[in-house]
Amino acid sequence: MQSYSEKIKEIAIRLLKDETVEVVFGFREGTLPMASPPFAAKTVEDAEQLTWTSHCCINLANYLMDHKGKVAIFAKGCDCRSIVNHIGEGKVKREDLHIIGVPCKGMVERHTICTLFDDEIDEAVEEDDGTILVRGNGREEKYQKADVMRQCCKVCVHRNPGIYDELAAELVTIPDDIKRYREVEEVEELGVDERWNFFENLVSTCIRCYACRDACPTCYCPTCFVDEAQPQWVGKGDEEPDIMTFHILRAFHTAGRCTDCGACVSSCPMGINMRAFTKKLEKDCLDLWDWESGLTSDVRPALETYQPGDPEDNFK
Amino acid sequence: MRILQIRKTDWAAGLEKSRKDHSLIGPVRERNNTSKFRELEVGEEPDFSITTTTMSPKSVVFPQSEVMFTYTTDKASPECNIMKVPKNDYSPRAIIGIRPFDAAAMNIVKKNFDTPDYRDPYWCDAYEACTFIGLAVTNPDSCDFSTSTNSGPFSTAGLDVLLVDTGDSFLAEVVTEKGASWMRSAGFDTKADHDAEETIATMRKEAEKKITSTVEFDNIDKKETLDLYNENFWESISFPCLNCGTCTYVCPTCWCFDIQDETAHKKGRRMKNWDSCMFPNFTIHTTGHNPRNTKLMRVRQRFMHKLKYHQSKYNQGIMCVGCGRCVTSCPVNIDIREVCKQMNS
Ligand code: SF4
Ligand code: SF4
Ligand code: SF4
Ligand code: SF4
Repeated sequence: MQSYSEKIKEIAIRLLKDETVEVVFGFREGTLPMASPPFAAKTVEDAEQLTWTSHCCINLANYLMDHKGKVAIFAKGCDCRSIVNHIGEGKVKREDLHIIGVPCKGMVERHTICTLFDDEIDEAVEEDDGTILVRGNGREEKYQKADVMRQCCKVCVHRNPGIYDELAAELVTIPDDIKRYREVEEVEELGVDERWNFFENLVSTCIRCYACRDACPTCYCPTCFVDEAQPQWVGKGDEEPDIMTFHILRAFHTAGRCTDCGACVSSCPMGINMRAFTKKLEKDCLDLWDWESGLTSDVRPALETYQPGDPEDNFK
Repeated sequence: MRILQIRKTDWAAGLEKSRKDHSLIGPVRERNNTSKFRELEVGEEPDFSITTTTMSPKSVVFPQSEVMFTYTTDKASPECNIMKVPKNDYSPRAIIGIRPFDAAAMNIVKKNFDTPDYRDPYWCDAYEACTFIGLAVTNPDSCDFSTSTNSGPFSTAGLDVLLVDTGDSFLAEVVTEKGASWMRSAGFDTKADHDAEETIATMRKEAEKKITSTVEFDNIDKKETLDLYNENFWESISFPCLNCGTCTYVCPTCWCFDIQDETAHKKGRRMKNWDSCMFPNFTIHTTGHNPRNTKLMRVRQRFMHKLKYHQSKYNQGIMCVGCGRCVTSCPVNIDIREVCKQMNS
């Protein structure tokens, strides 16, 4: 990723120097191995700190909505699709954006490597041959990036940016044997009770910190339904029906809009794969209405429109 | 100092024995490589291989959700409009394997719930039911900076017993009478060798040496509150923050809660739920006005409370024991050590 980083710095410095933009949204080195937090570069010195690693899991589109003025953003394939949605939903204006598309080779969560290594990690080095070398406590371990990358990245077919003003690297080739919905099919194949148990277990350790919602570019309601007090739609405690209500409703609110960027999963302190909900809805939108989120700003998302000819198989 | 020795071969049997007058709570692993403290089932041992549990043991005395009382507004009921406190179980319990930083955090949280003016019955009753059997940290995590706070890997602050793992056995430093009573109940009564105190002191030094992460906060105390409040750095510190409550939920010293009424038909209950200064809802008024309506203000509040206001109010250091949980759990790597450095410089 070294070559990406160099190019990213170069682009950011140029855009700030020639005043194309006031600020550049990207990532910088964090204080822990494999931490790459979002960063807003406003000066050339700031831009020197920008980097690109395999741990840029956060979706930067999430930061655009609070911003006024001209901004440049480094965007992976999924970030670009979220930007497309934001434009379509009137949250940002295309002319305020300078999008630098970053063809994506997949992201790896810190949590995954920490779990696999199961020891204190001093250093994680990414080699150009697609491996991650982890050192700590006198041990060394090598991981194939393809094996340890996020599930959403493994099944992603939109790795290349769909909307951009310039590219930070050459487009990547997408393997043509990706089984996009294998994980969903596995759950679909379960019986009703088993399926319920699956989802119950999935969220059993949820602490309702809402990091999943807050990291999600699609979740931008000024007051989320879980925070409403009058009326109070859902209890605020740690009981299972309330936790489940939060997850199921949130998933439906993102239906047809979720880009499977995985920022929700990557942000969860409890390592919960709440994508299991949203991925199913993504599959349904594709199956029923041939709809994929984030590819165009001109058509309303699947669940926002009704056409007389729409299939009704989903009405149960 | 009274030091006893527990052979590891006697450990499990002793734990079980102590159940006759204590329930046992300890660290356990959960799904997705996370961990927490919960009641141990019969025969289940606390998992001492975990140094820092994902969730802190604060929930043992301060559950994420707790019923304060229930009520009915049904006029036909003789109990109409009477608020009934649930009959909670406050029988003795031993928290086995709480780490010194988490025990130190209990002392901090106590300042909030047990004051000369007001005693929170829920927190205090649960706290008083606990005997804290600590476990010294011999292999500190890299984000542990507890030697900079009023704690440290072998600190006995807030503990009733401190266990030190010496390989085949534990040396148990008995700190309070409560601790002695649990040890008796478990049948642990073997006196340690005469050099035990020295062994602990040496191991303590070694563990302290392994902690290389530090913070300084003396200048923060000296600085004017408004100067810190108006610093420019809050903008860059707060930029990546998602305003999720993760940092405060995992923190052993964060004590904020919200009160909610949950009603169904004529029945209701009042709940005490964890809350977080990182949530916009935390400060919103009924008028709709929110005095802390930006991310910057909320992030600033968290660090000002922990590192400045707490020092000014209590003059007992910062509201942080250096467990490092917020550092490792924050999805965007906002690191209290870095913030502390900026505030202190
Ligand atoms: S981020 Fe994880 S723990 Fe937090 S609310 Fe979402 S699923 Fe629950
Ligand atoms: S629900 Fe998760 S995967 Fe979908 S857009 Fe939101 S953060 Fe991304
Ligand atoms: S500092 Fe980190 S953990 Fe805390 S609210 Fe912000 S993003 Fe969440
Ligand atoms: S502020 Fe962070 S390091 Fe300090 S006690 Fe809380 S979680 Fe631990």
